[in-house]
Amino acid sequence: MLIPRPWRLAWLAASLLLNVEVCEAEFDLHGFVQGNYGLDTASSNPDGRDSKLAEERIQLKLEGNQGPLRFFVKTDLAWDHVDDQEDPELREGTIDYTAAAWDCRIGRQMVTWGLGDLVFINDVFPKDYEAFFSGQPLEYMKKGVDGVKAGLYPGFASLELIAIPLFTPNHFPDAKRFWLYDPMPGVSNRQTVEPGASLDNTEVAGRVYRDIAGFDASLYGYRGFFRQPAMQPDPAAAPTRLTLWYPALAVYGASLQGSALHGVISLEAGYYDSRDDREGDDPMIPNSQARFLVGYQRQFWEDFTVGLQYYGERMLDHGNYTATLPPGLPAEDRLHDLISVRLTQLLRHQTVKLSLFTFRGLASGDYLVNPEVKYNFTDQVWGALGANIFGGGETWSQFGQLDRNDNIYLQVRYEF
Amino acid sequence: MKRLILLMLFLTVGLAARALAASPDEIIQKSQGAFFYPGGDFKARVMMKLISPGGQERVREMTMLRLNTGEAGGEQKYFMYFFQPAEVKDMTFMVFKYPAKDDDRWLFVPAINMVRRIAMQDKQASFVGSDFTYEDVSGRDLGDDVHELAREEVLNGKECFVVKSTPKADSAGYGSKLSWIDKASFLPLREEYHDHAGSTVRVFTADEVKEVKGFPTITKRTMKNLQSGHRTEVSYVSQDYNVGLEDSLFSERFLRQPPKKWID
Repeated sequence: MLIPRPWRLAWLAASLLLNVEVCEAEFDLHGFVQGNYGLDTASSNPDGRDSKLAEERIQLKLEGNQGPLRFFVKTDLAWDHVDDQEDPELREGTIDYTAAAWDCRIGRQMVTWGLGDLVFINDVFPKDYEAFFSGQPLEYMKKGVDGVKAGLYPGFASLELIAIPLFTPNHFPDAKRFWLYDPMPGVSNRQTVEPGASLDNTEVAGRVYRDIAGFDASLYGYRGFFRQPAMQPDPAAAPTRLTLWYPALAVYGASLQGSALHGVISLEAGYYDSRDDREGDDPMIPNSQARFLVGYQRQFWEDFTVGLQYYGERMLDHGNYTATLPPGLPAEDRLHDLISVRLTQLLRHQTVKLSLFTFRGLASGDYLVNPEVKYNFTDQVWGALGANIFGGGETWSQFGQLDRNDNIYLQVRYEF
Repeated sequence: MKRLILLMLFLTVGLAARALAASPDEIIQKSQGAFFYPGGDFKARVMMKLISPGGQERVREMTMLRLNTGEAGGEQKYFMYFFQPAEVKDMTFMVFKYPAKDDDRWLFVPAINMVRRIAMQDKQASFVGSDFTYEDVSGRDLGDDVHELAREEVLNGKECFVVKSTPKADSAGYGSKLSWIDKASFLPLREEYHDHAGSTVRVFTADEVKEVKGFPTITKRTMKNLQSGHRTEVSYVSQDYNVGLEDSLFSERFLRQPPKKWID
């Protein structure tokens, strides 16, 4: 019998799931079927196609509980028509143990820290920017980490500790689908080196949080790696080869969030310690930075919310950076700062959601605009239509380099 | 002399009668106590049906936990866990309610494992898209309105006080409210919301009242919007009082990982 391979896989998964239901533990199966399509509006992709996204996707979420143990699997299977391939992905797969004053979670897990809306200081965990820029649902911007997390709840504060032995980099837009700034376009011999799995390379992150006078206060620490690769040209003078690698990083930060001025105020800061470039005199490795965020969110009328953010990254050894930067490479400013505005209006018993999100670089002048309309046709079916519009600034700025990648996208999901 | 005695008698009887009848403020205070504050804590599995004028139904199913941390009319903590619709399954929502200032609200988004405070100062805003407002779910501050006893009458065989409550501030979003409050249980059996012109815009009805652990409890209720024709029916699938909720449950830890025994 000729059944396409993905359906055979799905069938196999389903029959496995049905079999485990026979066990004593309680099981719960949910998920969705989704269609997600994009269309380029500014120009075709570098590879000539007109779409950055065309896929159908099934997600299955299986949860089981037995006493203090809980297990959870969230797995996706996508049929990607742009690359004409099947993409299976384990989004999350965890086992939890919960005791009275502590708990732990082992496996691939989603960790979200910090207060930023699409800007990240103490959320040092992996992101998928291609998913975001091409119009996938926002949850796909976060990627899981493979590790162990322990929670301790002694009463005076709560503590989370995470060890991540297997490194996961950020996923950046693919050069076949996105026009991107490339500082060394002539060098096509490239290799990527990820930190190997070893005790030394195990990433460690911690967070302590508690309430202070009605505000949610957190302290954070992280020791690991940048998730955006640095470039090492070889030989330095007339490179014929580029090595993409992940320099060592430590982050120390804090955040505070609470009700004030008839809204919610968020404050967050972090010190990015670039451990492989403490003097800041290697221009191929990111400088150490101070990052900071001020956010304010308020509901002005029923179901209309405004979120404002000011976010900045300040290089701490900018003098050494500019002194050593090779000619021909664009020089970054000491301060890179931006503002964001998010407007959200819900209508018709919260079944219609109109949203507008924008970034604007203050010194760089580049921007991102993301309008979206979402409608819940029924409790099971929703659809969203949106656009990503980039531009402004220099051709190498954060959003300016994406100028030719404007797109509209459609998401349709049946959830069960 | 005779006249004086008569006058004295008249005054005494008048004063006594006034003392017997509760003041409208007391009626509302007692009603809020019976409606929003019974027991030290409360747990309910709530089924909410949002019904459009055309008959299309949307379902919100949740477990609601409430802990009184102060006196009746005082501070409370709410914890909600959503079962349905599938899009919000496993989502949790927590409110610390303060009578005199803005509430604190947190939302947990399971898809990205994120806990966020949310700005939602408008207590008149719709609760999860239904015809009920946040205030209808967790109560309105006693001092926000001027209360007067409009009349007393029998509704569905029950003796009721009919109290008119007029918001002191314009921000309430309606002109006045008329509440039929059962003299025996002090539960509101019917409420009519009027706009500033006096026409009825929303009607609340208590459709089923049961005694649970000695507390009369509205287990089925409807809020109908007369202008749009949209209505929301709420029924408790199960409910219980004094179940032993602890303060520590109302925390980020359990927002992220709600304990099975409290949400099932």
